[in-house]
Amino acid sequence: MKCSEFLQELTNYLDGVIDDRTKAELEDHLSWCHNCFVVCDTTKKTIEIYRDSQLYELPDDLRTRLRTAIVAKCHARKKSGPQEV
Amino acid sequence: MSAIQPKVDEPVSDELTLVQAAKSGDVSAFEELVRRYDRSVFRIAQHITQNREDAEDVVQDAFLKAYSNLAQFQGQSKFYTWLVRIAVNEALMKLRRRRPERTVSLDEEVKTEEDSLPREVADWSPNPEQQYSQAELREILSRTIQGLPPGFRTVFVLRDVEGLSTEETAEALDLSIPAVKSRLLRARLQLRERLSRYFQRRDGGDVAQRRESGDGTQ
Repeated sequence: MKCSEFLQELTNYLDGVIDDRTKAELEDHLSWCHNCFVVCDTTKKTIEIYRDSQLYELPDDLRTRLRTAIVAKCHARKKSGPQEV
Repeated sequence: MSAIQPKVDEPVSDELTLVQAAKSGDVSAFEELVRRYDRSVFRIAQHITQNREDAEDVVQDAFLKAYSNLAQFQGQSKFYTWLVRIAVNEALMKLRRRRPERTVSLDEEVKTEEDSLPREVADWSPNPEQQYSQAELREILSRTIQGLPPGFRTVFVLRDVEGLSTEETAEALDLSIPAVKSRLLRARLQLRERLSRYFQRRDGGDVAQRRESGDGTQ
């Protein structure tokens, strides 16, 4: 497997949706190609850091305010019947 | 190296019960759906719009649009996927209003050297995120993802942050599965390369120490 072929399979490999034969070829490539090993490892870390980052968490007070407004408008709409927003 | 583990979903049958109750006029059932998904809709909206006020508006508008159009939800997809589709469209409309000079589309083809290997292949420190405070890390992650085109960061957020499957992401964004996979690969590689500037291993001490010792002689 060449480096460009490895790159094409990287997303399937990280997502665990790859057939056994391709996976074996890819892991063989990773065993001797240091650059691709680093790309694979740090791409995985990139995903994990974003997943665990708690970026843009909704603060509790804002959450309550938004939900209260949504529910009030739902009740208002229920009374006036269905309509497009 | 093991694959990334997907997030665990809420039971779909329970969700359908809530949707049916909401359809028949039970606002408290809809409120439960809001509780379940408001955080996620807010994150998606803020990732797309990059603006806190716009994200708040998107949360309200998306849930109200979903409520008003519940009769249109046939249950072929998960309620959450249907809701995300509405929220993404609302967020993109906000973004277009803020940036009328630029066409904002999920279909835009951004010229990248997708077939070339990444340029920056320096390895990272063992626990790179621990080099920074929580606030610094959030700033780095926020600034880095903002640099991606909207179509790329939306796919990345749905797949890798919110844990939608490739099929659900394709459905929510009205893209083909190959298009989702292609954008996801490019988004992941671009983010990885940009984060390398902050996280790469610095053998022989950090930059500040090197600068100090290098410039120390006068």
